[in-house]
Amino acid sequence: MSRRQRLVLFSVTGCGLGGFVLWGLHGLPAFGNYAGAYGRLFNSVGKSERHVSNIVGGIVFDFRGFDTLGEEFILFSSVMGVSFILRSSSAVKDQSPLDAVSSDATRVVGALMVPVTVILGLWLAAFGYVTPGGGFQGGVAIASAFALLWIATSYRSYRKLTPPDVLDAVEGAGAASYVVVGLIGLALDGAYLSNFLPLGSAGTLASGGSIGLLNWASALEVAAANVLLYREFFQEYIQTFPEAQRGRG
Amino acid sequence: MIILQIFAFSAAMLLGILVVFSHDPLRQTIVNGVFGLALVVLFVVLQAPDVALSELVVGTVAFPLVLLATIARTKDTERPQ
Repeated sequence: MSRRQRLVLFSVTGCGLGGFVLWGLHGLPAFGNYAGAYGRLFNSVGKSERHVSNIVGGIVFDFRGFDTLGEEFILFSSVMGVSFILRSSSAVKDQSPLDAVSSDATRVVGALMVPVTVILGLWLAAFGYVTPGGGFQGGVAIASAFALLWIATSYRSYRKLTPPDVLDAVEGAGAASYVVVGLIGLALDGAYLSNFLPLGSAGTLASGGSIGLLNWASALEVAAANVLLYREFFQEYIQTFPEAQRGRG
Repeated sequence: MIILQIFAFSAAMLLGILVVFSHDPLRQTIVNGVFGLALVVLFVVLQAPDVALSELVVGTVAFPLVLLATIARTKDTERPQ
């Protein structure tokens, strides 16, 4: 197909698609004008029925907790797939790549940011149903601290601190405990993922009943899954570095 | 508030277009990180802090890290022999 033909084809289909998009946009509700019924309902009953001050947390881990279970297992299976494909290339077992950090600023600021990021992640996870945040965000932030550790120190220390056996176990335990909390709800209340703990008082850590348990379960799963994911990708990346001489490293 | 919203929407739109028009994958990854940050600002302006936090941790850390590692690993094999 020549360039001219491509342009003609593009302008015809582009105009058609643009027309459809404009037509679709024309029928939308005005900006900021929310017409759904669900959002208003959750906002009005969320706090009184589940005692959570972050309604989003209540929706994610209670009202629509089953959807979150599905998302947990999407992450679980995709990390499993990545590990399955990349872990086979384990020809780099005892390598000592020349990846020393050359910048003092990177080393110092990076090392200082590691504990800050861990605490930020733990805070995001712990207060997920009180203030904005939650298990997912907290888990990814904790995993970012591990990534920072690699950036500030070396691949070897990252490798030492992230034994895959432990991470696999933590990830599995996180995913499994979400399922188990759901089953306890089924046994005690007759519905899967039903909230079975005392609800406590909204705005404190002791609120939301079993939302807290589900929140921590997903934080564990997400943190371990992301560290595992980084581990596999870093291992691929580190193969582009030259090896240190044998006997010196 | 309206000025903030206009700013946040325009920044997200401009950076989104920039991501599409950067040809070098390495540069595209960095521009995509900035685009993610613009989305974070947009979500905060639209009062969706939970979504903003998700976008922040995924869009500025997890996604670029995975992309950068992949680019570094595949660079050598892309060259014609």
